[in-house]
Amino acid sequence: MTAKTARDVPLVPEPTVALPSLRSTEGRLLWLSSVDHKQIGIMYILAALVFFLIGGIEALLMRVQLATPNGTFLSPQLYNQLFTMHGTTMVFLVGMPLVAGLGNYLVPLMIGANDVAFPRLNALSLWTLVFGGLLLHFSFIAGGAPAAGWFAYPPLSQRTFLSDSGVDYWGIALLITGIGSVGGAINLIVTIVTLRAPGMTYRRMPPFVWLTLLTSFIILFALPTLNATVAMLLLDRQLGAHFFTPYAGANPILYQHYFWSFGHPEVYILVLPFFGIISEVIPVFSRKPLYGYAFVVGSSIAIFFYSFAVWGHHMWAVGMGFWLDLFFAIGTFLIAVPTGVKIFNWLATLWGGQIRFATPMLFALAFLVQFTIGGVTGVQFAVIPFDRQVTDTYYVVAHLHYVLYGGSIFAFFAGFYYWFPKVTGRMFSERLGKLTFWLMVIGFNLTFFIQHVLGWVGMPRRVYTYLDLPGLAVMNLISTLGSFVLALSILTFLVSIVHALLRGAPAGDNPWDAYTLEWATSSPPALHNFAQVPPIRGRRPLWDLNHPELADYRRAGDAVGEGTGSRKEARTP
Amino acid sequence: MIEVGKRRVSRLEAADPNLIGMVLFLAGEVIFFGLLILAYLYYRGQWAATGGPTDDVLDVPLTALFTALLLASSVTYWLAERSLARGQRRGVWGWLLVTLLLGVAFLIGQAVEWMTLFAEGITIGSGLFGTTFFTLTGFHGFHVLMGLVAIGVLFVQAAAGAFRGPHSSALATTALYWHFVDGVWVVVFSVVYLWALLS
Repeated sequence: MTAKTARDVPLVPEPTVALPSLRSTEGRLLWLSSVDHKQIGIMYILAALVFFLIGGIEALLMRVQLATPNGTFLSPQLYNQLFTMHGTTMVFLVGMPLVAGLGNYLVPLMIGANDVAFPRLNALSLWTLVFGGLLLHFSFIAGGAPAAGWFAYPPLSQRTFLSDSGVDYWGIALLITGIGSVGGAINLIVTIVTLRAPGMTYRRMPPFVWLTLLTSFIILFALPTLNATVAMLLLDRQLGAHFFTPYAGANPILYQHYFWSFGHPEVYILVLPFFGIISEVIPVFSRKPLYGYAFVVGSSIAIFFYSFAVWGHHMWAVGMGFWLDLFFAIGTFLIAVPTGVKIFNWLATLWGGQIRFATPMLFALAFLVQFTIGGVTGVQFAVIPFDRQVTDTYYVVAHLHYVLYGGSIFAFFAGFYYWFPKVTGRMFSERLGKLTFWLMVIGFNLTFFIQHVLGWVGMPRRVYTYLDLPGLAVMNLISTLGSFVLALSILTFLVSIVHALLRGAPAGDNPWDAYTLEWATSSPPALHNFAQVPPIRGRRPLWDLNHPELADYRRAGDAVGEGTGSRKEARTP
Repeated sequence: MIEVGKRRVSRLEAADPNLIGMVLFLAGEVIFFGLLILAYLYYRGQWAATGGPTDDVLDVPLTALFTALLLASSVTYWLAERSLARGQRRGVWGWLLVTLLLGVAFLIGQAVEWMTLFAEGITIGSGLFGTTFFTLTGFHGFHVLMGLVAIGVLFVQAAAGAFRGPHSSALATTALYWHFVDGVWVVVFSVVYLWALLS
């Protein structure tokens, strides 16, 4: 190969430390050109947090508009743009990069590898996400943002009805970020398959790695569906094709099938890795191993398969016919089972544990409650008459926010505070962390719980205002007040980060006495992660190393030592 | 303590990561083309109702000829790999060049087909057939073009003596992609052209 000549003249400086300072010579270039999985993971999460703030501001503007009946704060057109941008931003520019960023940072460390399999593809995936996101937001100044909702149903999303360029930016941005997501998924799968340290068998992998692996497979099979669908929509808009134009004999329902056969797997992309975080945090803060590891992993494999067979439950208002309705209803009931299994796994892990109510654990516990509420309202949609009653009302808004915010984002904060000392080498202030937690719990539930009732009484989603009917004004006002408490919690979160970075005490390698390999290296981890990793003889290698008298492999007979991969090894400590 | 990255365990872990990555990528591509083909098949049942142009405008024998050229390019690519395994360096770049020319010929064939249809007033905007036909063959053609770019790079590298053999990860990974693109065409040709012949 010609690589030798290329290496003689480096285009970019080689990093010498793990996290180069931005102020150092070439510091910014060292970040922009980085192919290190830790730096890329951090940049993914920073990008997601920036978009999270943007998406949050969009939501706040909508809540201000809805605070009073017949509001005039926003024009209807701008309101349509804002809910479209809020949904698109939160799903594609917050959820997806959080998944990619966490996977990027943690997976190589957790499996005892020095980097991902394709570092340059990794950088490409990151930058396609960033530029795709910028392109989407550029639409605001290029003639108006997309206004057809985050799922852009035709015929509304056709040029006939939305003739400005908003939906075109939406489509192109999703294509670009979609390519990056597929690249990232391939990278993580190959990393997990080929780069595990000796002894790190599949049955010993940390649950977060397992769930990231399954998520990556869902991305791999779901995102091409989105790419094909969006490409068809763009061809309709740009070249006058007729994929979804009713007047040419085409069927817009085809779009709904295509979109949701991506869209429902996407929901599981946005929760499975966060199940992984919860499966790491709850055991460490309960001082117990995860209860029923095989069930956590096995039920997630079931979710992987089911997730591709339930998309029709987004479409019951369409009228698909009895048999399709029945098929998707059964699938939707079934997929609730493996999700419920994991709730019991986590509860049983807590049972009898020595629980430490530190900030990460608080977020994880709130996750359990809130995600369960979101799951319960979710399985209600499998009852088709109920779905037809509440579809496109605030009941759906409340449900999806309980799953994606009360679930995924709370789990993200659990993970953020859990791994923050590892990533930065600094401890955060427990007081600020707990303040953030309580503000967020209060703000979140105040905002969204009342929306269940709003939905019941028939308030439609995606409508820019409402009449002064009994109860609507006060409930909407409560929701708006809640959203500002939620916004306040984000401010204290940012304060807690800045405070920790400036004043935080050094964290040490393993401040939580945790179990997995990322805590075996320094905080922050060295440039190439590990020179050596502890021997991996079970699912908690670092615990085994630090507490040899209590090591899992000494207890091969009970549930803890089970599944160490090799029974012979387990018997001979 | 154990060294990182020393031991390889199973066959999969010892496999070339590039190959695994390409297989995963192509698995996603199956879904992508699957949806385009599905849209073609779905709307195929609706042409009659809309009164637009249908697949009887296609030139099946001409495209069959160019299909043979594309399939031949898979064989010549394999010959390039075989030359590498046997240490015949001239064979490597020679067969890659033939592969490149066959691929270009296929694209020219596609272009001729498209121009003929355009001349008859059939475009992507003229009804369900045009929409699904041009999208499906267009995306396939785009994939062929991307493959030709990759093979072009390999050809230049091979001509510069970069491949010493007996095995090259780059050559093997691109081979997977190229054979996949050919395989997709076999399906597209069957679904679009051979079915047109029957109806």
